[in-house]
Amino acid sequence: MVFKGGRSMKVSLQDHVLVPKHEILKEEEVEELLKLLRVSKEQLPKIKASDPIVKEIGAKPGDVVKITRKSLTAGVSIFYRLVVE
Amino acid sequence: MSYDAILKEYPLPPSVKQEIKEELERLKPKKNVAKKIVDLCYQAYLSNLIEPGEAVGIVAAQSIGEPGTQMTMRTFHYAGVAELNVTLGLPRLIEILDVRKNPSTPMMTIRLLPEYAKDRDKAREVANRIEATHLKDVAEIEVDLREMSITIKPDREAMNKKDLTIDELREKIEKSIKKGAELIEEKGIFVVKVKKDSYKVLMDTFEELKELVVMGIKEIKRVIIRKEGEEYVLYTEGSSMKKVMKVKGVDFTRTITNDIYEIYEVLGIEAARTAIINEAISTLEEQGLEVDVRHIMLVADVMTADGELRQIGRHGVAGEKQSILARAAFEMTVNNLLDAAVRGEVDYLKGITENIIIGQPIKLGTGDVELIARLGVRR
Repeated sequence: MVFKGGRSMKVSLQDHVLVPKHEILKEEEVEELLKLLRVSKEQLPKIKASDPIVKEIGAKPGDVVKITRKSLTAGVSIFYRLVVE
Repeated sequence: MSYDAILKEYPLPPSVKQEIKEELERLKPKKNVAKKIVDLCYQAYLSNLIEPGEAVGIVAAQSIGEPGTQMTMRTFHYAGVAELNVTLGLPRLIEILDVRKNPSTPMMTIRLLPEYAKDRDKAREVANRIEATHLKDVAEIEVDLREMSITIKPDREAMNKKDLTIDELREKIEKSIKKGAELIEEKGIFVVKVKKDSYKVLMDTFEELKELVVMGIKEIKRVIIRKEGEEYVLYTEGSSMKKVMKVKGVDFTRTITNDIYEIYEVLGIEAARTAIINEAISTLEEQGLEVDVRHIMLVADVMTADGELRQIGRHGVAGEKQSILARAAFEMTVNNLLDAAVRGEVDYLKGITENIIIGQPIKLGTGDVELIARLGVRR
């Protein structure tokens, strides 16, 4: 990102307080996860490929994104979303 | 001795583990006693989990709906920040759940980088860069009908206050008038001459010039500086996350807006989920109503499950239901039935509403369980 004064600084959207940590899950991990939850990939909640954070981490449609949220009730909770078009 | 080793074996949520650990460290029991305690806690945790098949959506709807009836109908309120109007109460809650693209009172909370946050003058400097300054705020504009021209007399004092130079002003005006007119500068006074000899063009140019934004961000109508603890925080009327995050001195990572759709566009679906939860909680809390966060979290999860923001209502969650009868039972009964008939849709009677309508057992709780006998299979 470039500031008005020409000063440029690397700012990642993922640093924002509202954005939880997003990671792309590896192939093996996805299989393990689906087995554990006993669901198919399509049954996971979705996230758009055009989502700014998905673009930032470079996930492609078909990837599963692991989201580590700060939860008000559980402290930390983990959520999974399937990247779709 | 550490209790972590004992806790590690139980799949409890981190916050529960932390609570148990703190309590154990206070009581300091022996290892076998501690294990027993943790085990009992785990049993209690399991018995407090929601049962599979429980109608959590209905429970959430009731839990938010009931306190909702007690919310004030008074929409405007001066919340927190003096002289800054914010929609609150029921209208605000509806706005959040409807995912309005333009909330009635968009507002931003802008936090500053450390080198700007401590000093009032520096904070003012950032505020000047953000707040929209119109030409009429820094100059006197008059129409001369005889000469068919507009004279702009810059107000030096106002300009100094805003840290604006004559050159910057000239540039902005030149950019605004483009081809239709020409700019002449005389002794620090700008004269805009309209090329076409038309009264209408002159007046249109005049109106345009009056509202010309010479500095700041168009969407931000007002900025208020407040001291919060050690640092100065800016509150704005109007919102534009994209533009504000590029302003020098703004700590983008801690800058938020109450426009949820804007957060969705700039920061993505997960940030929007967090924002929905935060906004709903603060709206309810401000009214003195206590709703368990779990209900609000469920609502936020449903709204964001598809990767895009869906409102709760006819154009979103309820309107996209697969069952015709469930849609017809919600809103616009005749339209839904007619459209379904024209399209030849089929209702598979898998949901709750449909089965209540036709008087079948519903698939909830014990009604969701089916027994399958495998005859002739011996183990």
